[in-house]
Amino acid sequence: MLAFVVRRIAYGFLVVLGVLLFLFVLFFGAVTPEDMARRAIGEKAPPEAVAQWITNHGYDRPRLWNPEDPTDTLLFDHFRSMLSFDFGRSDADDVPIARRLREGIGPSLSLTIPLFLLGLVLGIALSLFVAYFRDTYIDTMGVALCVLGMSVSIVIYIIGGQYLIGKLLRWFPISGFDSSPAVILRFLALPLTVALAAGIGESVRFYRTIFLEETNRDYVRTARAKGCGDGRVMSRHVLRNAMIPILTRVVMAIPFLFTGSILLESFFGIPGLGSITVDAINGNDFATLRVMVFIGSLAFIAGQILTDVSYALVDPRVRLG
Amino acid sequence: MVGLLLVAGAWALWVAGHNRLWREAGREVVRRRPLALAMVCLFVVTALLDATSWVGGSGAPDGGDLVSLHKPRSMIDRAFPIDFQERSYSAPLARTEFYGGAPLLHPGKHLLGTDIIGRDVLHLTLKGTRVAMLIGGLTTLIVIPLALLFGVTAGYRGGRVDDAVFFLISTLAAIPGLLLLIALITVLGRGPVQVCVALGITGWVGLCRLVRGETLKLRELDYVMAARALGVSEARIVFRHVLPNLMHLVVITFVLLFSGLVLSEAVLSWLGIGIDGSWGQMIDQARDELSRDPAITWNLLSASTALFLLILVVNRVGDAVRDVLDPRTVREMW
Repeated sequence: MLAFVVRRIAYGFLVVLGVLLFLFVLFFGAVTPEDMARRAIGEKAPPEAVAQWITNHGYDRPRLWNPEDPTDTLLFDHFRSMLSFDFGRSDADDVPIARRLREGIGPSLSLTIPLFLLGLVLGIALSLFVAYFRDTYIDTMGVALCVLGMSVSIVIYIIGGQYLIGKLLRWFPISGFDSSPAVILRFLALPLTVALAAGIGESVRFYRTIFLEETNRDYVRTARAKGCGDGRVMSRHVLRNAMIPILTRVVMAIPFLFTGSILLESFFGIPGLGSITVDAINGNDFATLRVMVFIGSLAFIAGQILTDVSYALVDPRVRLG
Repeated sequence: MVGLLLVAGAWALWVAGHNRLWREAGREVVRRRPLALAMVCLFVVTALLDATSWVGGSGAPDGGDLVSLHKPRSMIDRAFPIDFQERSYSAPLARTEFYGGAPLLHPGKHLLGTDIIGRDVLHLTLKGTRVAMLIGGLTTLIVIPLALLFGVTAGYRGGRVDDAVFFLISTLAAIPGLLLLIALITVLGRGPVQVCVALGITGWVGLCRLVRGETLKLRELDYVMAARALGVSEARIVFRHVLPNLMHLVVITFVLLFSGLVLSEAVLSWLGIGIDGSWGQMIDQARDELSRDPAITWNLLSASTALFLLILVVNRVGDAVRDVLDPRTVREMW
């Protein structure tokens, strides 16, 4: 077991290095420093200003190899700064990126953690309900509703929700954020509702498929044959056995806890990591964008390692494979 | 570009039509979802009508200015009068402008109203179909060859090659999708091809993983072993025995990926890095219109209804295609 965990973590680290290499190729290979400078300070900037910008941001160093000092290259610096979490300053306004991250993580998590938990509970409850009524019109209707819900773009949910709940019904403020516990819920209620509505169709359909697959197994027939009620079969037998695929999906959702829901945050004015990302896109702030992608990937890789380890805990076959 | 898509589509249909199993699968999909399939065809035809544009042959030379007379126009454009523009917003079928009430140039003719600079919304919505098809089609043309090349090579060769491809897949899959898209487009620049390339780079990993797994399984099957024992060359085994048995995965992925791609483009448009003329961009431009007083709704409603309808019918057809071609393997992924 320990060997498995160690091997998995080592591979995860390798993937982190791969991601870093990919980011280097993308951000230093696909664009030249002149491109970055021109996008940051304008197409028509004089050459001196461009040169000045490049020197100020340290992009004038050799990319891959510096014969005088092998550690003074962009490649080395990229790996060093990312792996030591010393992210440097933003390209746009020279604010340390690490400070931005510290400020943004709180609002992001306060939106995504409730979203994650509520979505999970609601998704599983609804899909158990639908699967319980399989082959009846409730099931057919439920699935049809799910497909309808999935077919609406998230942006329409956001606009529609804001218009309906914020403007017409005036239940909650249209946008904004305040982290004091007394009012935080008022600001989060609208984005939460919208995101739940947008995600529920897809997750109910997914969980329903898993549950139906499990209900056709032999152990369910056995349970029923020995006199288990339908409700008990669902909660005690089916739900437990369906945990592995559910677990996979849940862990896949974890990185979004960190990167935040980019769309939701930028639209509802929540100053989290998602908003930072959107600002970085609009300001052509490559340094911040690079860090955001790296952080997102790091969370994702950690999540994958966690899934695999928890698989290995519950299913001995994984450990041997 | 559209010609390339057309040729690829026609070729795929032609090949499938000559195989009994594919014909039967096709018939089964038609039987299960006739309405949705017809709608899909309608969208495809709309996109095709908008695919090529040429100059001339429209309107009297004395009416309208020379610039608009010499702009290339497609079949869809030709369905509308040449100067079909107002000065600003007008409601569907209105006779006067929405704000101010000045009389319109074409009173009562704009079925879905006009947008902020007076363009006909029905016209814009119809033209959005082509962009949606381009996003789905062009991206798939990038995704499928990439995924097949890497997936089959990795699965068939095994060993070091497999390790390398698997590492590449894990690396790309480790970067959250939307962030990867954003990074790629910010770096590559904005434009239809760049967006499709970015969507392609993000999207091929899933199919590649499926193809690799399936090839690993196929490689061990008796008929492949028999072919190898008879001295059939490696390339021939791959093309005759392995690839045809992967095609159902490709078709399913194509249909299921399509709606996801179009939806992703809507999100990208929202972030300001989408494709010009897409429905996503119409929605993005319309988002402030609801907060006007009185609110403008027709712009948002037409674009989002079109987007919704396309995604809905493609999803419905996709479900049927998956059930007909492969009820088991692909389920874990979607």
